[in-house]
Amino acid sequence: MIKKWIILGILAGMGLIFFDLFSAFRGNETLGKTADYYARHGAEEVGASNIVTAIVVTYRGFDTLGEVTILFLTAAIISFVLKIRQEDILPNRPIRITSELLDSASQVIVPVIFMVGIYIFVNGHLTPGGGFPGGAVIASGVLLMILSNPNFSVSHKVIAWVESISGVGFVLLGVMGILFAGGFLDNRVLGLGDFGKLFSAGIIPFIYSFIGLKVGAELSNILGAISHAQNEKN
Amino acid sequence: MFVVIAIFIGVASLIGGYIAIHHEDLSVAIIASGLVSLFASIIFLLLAAPDVAMTEAAIGSGLTTLIFFYVLNKIRQRND
Repeated sequence: MIKKWIILGILAGMGLIFFDLFSAFRGNETLGKTADYYARHGAEEVGASNIVTAIVVTYRGFDTLGEVTILFLTAAIISFVLKIRQEDILPNRPIRITSELLDSASQVIVPVIFMVGIYIFVNGHLTPGGGFPGGAVIASGVLLMILSNPNFSVSHKVIAWVESISGVGFVLLGVMGILFAGGFLDNRVLGLGDFGKLFSAGIIPFIYSFIGLKVGAELSNILGAISHAQNEKN
Repeated sequence: MFVVIAIFIGVASLIGGYIAIHHEDLSVAIIASGLVSLFASIIFLLLAAPDVAMTEAAIGSGLTTLIFFYVLNKIRQRND
């Protein structure tokens, strides 16, 4: 009984605190100082027509590098936790046969899904989206491949190479910013080009392609690890 | 029109959330939670955030649902 009252009291206290915050909240009528700067100067300084990409890859590029690193760590930890010893693998796990519909449809749809994913991250500086959504879409293509063929295994060699090359490429492009332009991850290494064209906005398309490949490889690796863990003996 | 669609999707995701918590069959609950993500991605699209909508649709309703199913399968194997 007393436990319930304590919980109720805590809830009421939290409600009081949040009500204070809520009643004092006033929405901004105008953009804040930083946001205003981005909105005014983003297009001319970065050359990307997608202002979100301009902020994520250029102004806040270092944060994005950190995010990619966190994702890499997550994928590595999941693979480590789900690792199974060779002697624990079930020799022939009973597998339900994939339906004809899923099997045939996946052969048609998977290439299209990959193409959409690549389109999303290559055009990250022009259209909504970018490396993270593009990579997630590619991973969902891999997911469909796993679903349609339960014996499908994600090749560790391919994943490792794609992942390492894109990670190193991201950092190298950033370092090139120090050498040839204003600082780490400065995108004026390559020149801004024509506004709105595919090859414009400096190194943003390249960085986003690297991020897209890296995210796609990491998420596919997680899926592959989880799917492989189904073979473990109990 | 926008408000009508938003209210409809909001109610639908509330129902989905309720099913996800209270349904006895866990696979139905997993699909319901995937549906909530799908509705959320439509809401993001309506609120003019298409990039967030894409990520939510791919990760929230695609990958997470499958991961839940794998975990459920694993738990069933252990319990058998």
